Amino acid sequence: MTRPSLLIGALSLILAVGHAQAQQQQFGPNPNLPEPQRGLLPSMKIPRPANWGNDLPKVPQGYKIQPIATDLKIPRQTLVLPNGDILVAEGSGGYAPNLRPKDVIAGYIKSLGKSSVKGGNRLTLLRDADGDGTYEMQGVFADNLNAPYGLAFIDGVIYVANQDALVRFDYSDGDTKASGPPTKVTDLPAVINHHWTKSMTASADGRFLYVGIGSNSNITERGMDAEEDRAMIWQIDVQTGAHKPYATGLRNPTALTIQPGSGQLWAVVNERDEIGPDLVPDYLTSVKEGGFYGWPYSYWGQNVDPRAQPQDPEKVAAAIRPDYALGSHVAALGVAFSNSNMGPDFADGVFVGMHGSWNRSNPVGYKVVFIPFRDGKPAGDPIDFVSGFLLDDGNTRGRPVGVTVDPRGALIVADDLSNTIWRVTKN
Amino acid sequence: MVDAYSSGSVRPLHPLHAILLAFPLPLFAGALLSDFAYRATSHIQWANFSSWLIAGGLVGGGFAALWALINLFRRGPARKGRMVVYFLVLVVMWVLGLVNALVHAKDAWATMPEGLYLSAITTFLALVAAWIGYSGFQAGEVK
Repeated sequence: MTRPSLLIGALSLILAVGHAQAQQQQFGPNPNLPEPQRGLLPSMKIPRPANWGNDLPKVPQGYKIQPIATDLKIPRQTLVLPNGDILVAEGSGGYAPNLRPKDVIAGYIKSLGKSSVKGGNRLTLLRDADGDGTYEMQGVFADNLNAPYGLAFIDGVIYVANQDALVRFDYSDGDTKASGPPTKVTDLPAVINHHWTKSMTASADGRFLYVGIGSNSNITERGMDAEEDRAMIWQIDVQTGAHKPYATGLRNPTALTIQPGSGQLWAVVNERDEIGPDLVPDYLTSVKEGGFYGWPYSYWGQNVDPRAQPQDPEKVAAAIRPDYALGSHVAALGVAFSNSNMGPDFADGVFVGMHGSWNRSNPVGYKVVFIPFRDGKPAGDPIDFVSGFLLDDGNTRGRPVGVTVDPRGALIVADDLSNTIWRVTKN
Repeated sequence: MVDAYSSGSVRPLHPLHAILLAFPLPLFAGALLSDFAYRATSHIQWANFSSWLIAGGLVGGGFAALWALINLFRRGPARKGRMVVYFLVLVVMWVLGLVNALVHAKDAWATMPEGLYLSAITTFLALVAAWIGYSGFQAGEVK
């Protein structure tokens, strides 16, 4: 054990006394929600980076996994283009200043669990020209972007959600490099950017883009004023760039996707910290237009969070319960609907990429799960689809972020710790 | 040459010790006022001010307590009662100050009301420590 992890372990042991170690996992539509609790220090356990060596992540029987790109610069989300090429958004953002002594210390501790590579601020294009599963071509499609994250493709245009603006590249089939710098469609909220990731997906008819904008704090500790235009999903008109809030009260909507068939918008959302190891569950939900999902005033419906002052009882009463809990602190950062080419056991449902916890004594997440659907709704427990990132010694070899389903039958997983793109296919 | 430190005379603190002891009272009192302002307005900047004021009080107060500890072990007459009390008050103040810093590290309204109470207690202890310290010690007690 290295000295910092010993120190952190000792600190959490000494100062988190009184934390019941109830580690039951919570998922599904009716998660068990314990009473909020907080010791003098929040529980922290940062799995430190480890190497893969010759190992690979674990996938179900009948599937195989291969790295198709390595040595990237913080790959976050991916997009499969019509010709099968894969675009990878690489970057790391945020301008949040340290406002308190705590911010300095917590920032250092969290950095121990991250890659030391600097974010690429670019899009990398991967190509498998002969279809043998090896992406022999890897080149920079566009660079000098500002922490790109959300990606979408509509009618020959690639849209990129930078941390401060939505931009577009004109694209012709087979392009390996952008013809020039991007054109700005509209600015996105970027003050502070405590949660900087701008997730994105396109509506089924291609008229709108949905952009997820995370809150500017855990629970309003940067002030209510900082939360203007935050913790919501914007609907942006692709032609005019005009936007309106589509749904609000979503603390950090880190990945968005459209359900095939229904055209319904779905999101994975990261919920608030520091009220216990089993609060509050991150969730997967269909997003209702005009809906309010609780943050900051309440969680999972009407469970009031008194840390947000002044309170707003009307908002609490209006808060919608999400559809499906994924577990507290799993840090869901990717979501994608499957299709029949993924095999009969994994045809109907969503894949969810879980970056993994840092503020929980027993780490959770650090995997990609499949949540089966029936009649268009989640039905059943999550099934591990890509796992084996976390080691028994408490270190981790990777942290999954974005997941994308290649229509031809492959799951693409971005891993921002080992800086790898993984591809899972049927044998 | 006159011995300025003859028995019965009061000797002030070493200037550097006095400077360190000057930190906790105004800074902890400032944190207390800041906590009142946060409670009244729920404006987050007051909570941020408190966090830094407490941290500053801990730095000065920590070194003052260390100095007081070292003085306990330096040679001198047997009567060290006031010095022991002075040291103990500083230690309790510092430990409660640290707890207060951790409480103030909680997010937003989670600092209330414990943070306010702890700020009041540590301000009072800082006042007591300053009162004892600046009253000086019997000659020979402190060098």
